[in-house]
Amino acid sequence: MTGRMTRPVLAACLTVLVLLALVPLLESNYLIDLFNEIMIYALFALSLNVIIGYSGNVSFGHAAYFAIGGYTMAILLTTYEWSLLPAFVAAVAFSFACSAVVAYFCTRLTDIYFAMLTLAFSMLVWGVAFKWRSMTGGDDGFVGVDVPAFIAERVPFYYFSLVVIASAVAVLWVICHSAFGRALLAVRENPVRAGFVGINTRLMRWWAFVVAGTFAGIAGALFAMVHRGMYTESAFWPESATVLIMTLLGGMYSFFGPAIGAASLFLLERLTNEYTEYWPLVLGTILLAILMFLPEGLAGLAQAVRRQILRGR
Amino acid sequence: MDSLIQFVQQDLGNPGLAALLSNPSFAFIQLMNSFSQAMNLFIIAAGLSLIFGVLRVINFAHGAFYMFGAYIVYSVAQEWTGNFWLGVAAAGLGLAVMAVVIERGLFQYIYDKEHLMQLLLTFAVVLILSDVAKIIWGTDQYSVSYPQSMKGAVDLGVTFYPTYRLFLIVVGPAIAIGLWLFTERTRFGRLTRAATQDREMLSALGVNVPIIYTGVFILGSVLAGIGGGLAAPFNSPTPGMDATIIVDCFVIVIVGGLGSIWGSFIGAIIYGLVFNYGSVIVPNWQDVFPFLILLAVLLIRPWGLFGKPEGGNA
Repeated sequence: MTGRMTRPVLAACLTVLVLLALVPLLESNYLIDLFNEIMIYALFALSLNVIIGYSGNVSFGHAAYFAIGGYTMAILLTTYEWSLLPAFVAAVAFSFACSAVVAYFCTRLTDIYFAMLTLAFSMLVWGVAFKWRSMTGGDDGFVGVDVPAFIAERVPFYYFSLVVIASAVAVLWVICHSAFGRALLAVRENPVRAGFVGINTRLMRWWAFVVAGTFAGIAGALFAMVHRGMYTESAFWPESATVLIMTLLGGMYSFFGPAIGAASLFLLERLTNEYTEYWPLVLGTILLAILMFLPEGLAGLAQAVRRQILRGR
Repeated sequence: MDSLIQFVQQDLGNPGLAALLSNPSFAFIQLMNSFSQAMNLFIIAAGLSLIFGVLRVINFAHGAFYMFGAYIVYSVAQEWTGNFWLGVAAAGLGLAVMAVVIERGLFQYIYDKEHLMQLLLTFAVVLILSDVAKIIWGTDQYSVSYPQSMKGAVDLGVTFYPTYRLFLIVVGPAIAIGLWLFTERTRFGRLTRAATQDREMLSALGVNVPIIYTGVFILGSVLAGIGGGLAAPFNSPTPGMDATIIVDCFVIVIVGGLGSIWGSFIGAIIYGLVFNYGSVIVPNWQDVFPFLILLAVLLIRPWGLFGKPEGGNA
């Protein structure tokens, strides 16, 4: 099981990758931006799933690391005029460092207290972004990010973003399907037994948190560039809830589920906004429906349908 | 004392702290502000804590209930009747009705589900209610005037203090004592405490547990509605107030200990003191301090100052 993609999954991934690479040929600025943002949120949701789907803890403050990556990128590129590579490395490294510290504290707790502690840390990050006006722009947001000239145009940036995200997802896949990922699943399923067979459960949960935070930071850094800005809403708790919904909608017990959830939710939001300003109302209703009728998400639904078809044969 | 004030003013460069030290009536007003803010927050947080204590659900929609309370007071007191107290009563009643619908319609199905499901369900209610409020009341910021009888200020000897805020300082402890008497001295209160201990056993003894759950949910939600109503004169009803208040309530309830009424009481006072004195001593950063306290409590005593550790945690 470890480390190998089954052939259909590999084929599906390559198809999606090729299709995404073809998007700029449509020559629609709207679509290029749309797909760029979908990819970013897909990575964000996939990163959260390392904590939820693999280690079994519910983080209610994942937006913090997205915001940390985004703000660091924005500030280094613009205020300090760093070039792309060092700024990007620094943004990711800083997300890594922050999640490493927070994870140290959060992994001491489990369950509802874990969720509340992650929420508290994220509100702290929000508070700093909100109040440190001279650095972050406060509630006006950090606007006018200097994106390096060679990717300043829409299409080059899209390909840059595609390459970064595809590589990040590939690395995440390898991590989740390595021995480490398997051990995490063991911790999720039965922490006591996992401890007995010699797994250091707290260390494993720490790593899951750090991996998740770091990849959320990558997503945030790209977000700051695609939007040419960073806003405090990205760190506020409803953002953490949104990415949680994406993960749940796609299905947290499959690797690619959250990406599908992110794409569906994002498209749905755009579509709804064409007709009504009451997107939260629609989202709330969808969420209620999922929780009541589809607790395993879209991926779970797909599996149930497949089983049904196989049985019918 | 004078040299201390001079040291603070000159060397530390902190005019706020210097003002607190040199001007007792200023320091006293901050103390009163802390208490009145704390008591308003306590009323809301106590509802959240009560619901968690029995239902074991952390209700993100509690902030939306608070917002509805404030809006209802605006509509009833400001637009229709002109009577503030009628507005507060209507807020309580309105929230009781909403609570029945939400608990019977949704929450009763998730008590045995995972925490993630519960959190997300309550979040779905937040999303829906915030838009329903927008549909009913729009996005304007409304102002609600203070009740007629409490418009002025009272002479406390040291300084004058607004009557309405003084009223909040009195009403908070009254509600705390009322809730305490209710849970400790009444039959329904005893049954709720039994329900937190062992739901199945209680139900086997012939008690209608679902009714207790509904009752507690109503009580907690009514507290949020009344809290929102009482806050309306100084915290103008506006969209987004639900997202801010719920975080404040989380801080208070977790610092005090989930499920403990006196815990929420003390938690609210700590919050009020830290927020008000914090805003004088380190202006603009007062919003961050409560989270620092929350972090400290979660790290040292995750079950809160007055809570009890749950099995398997920490």
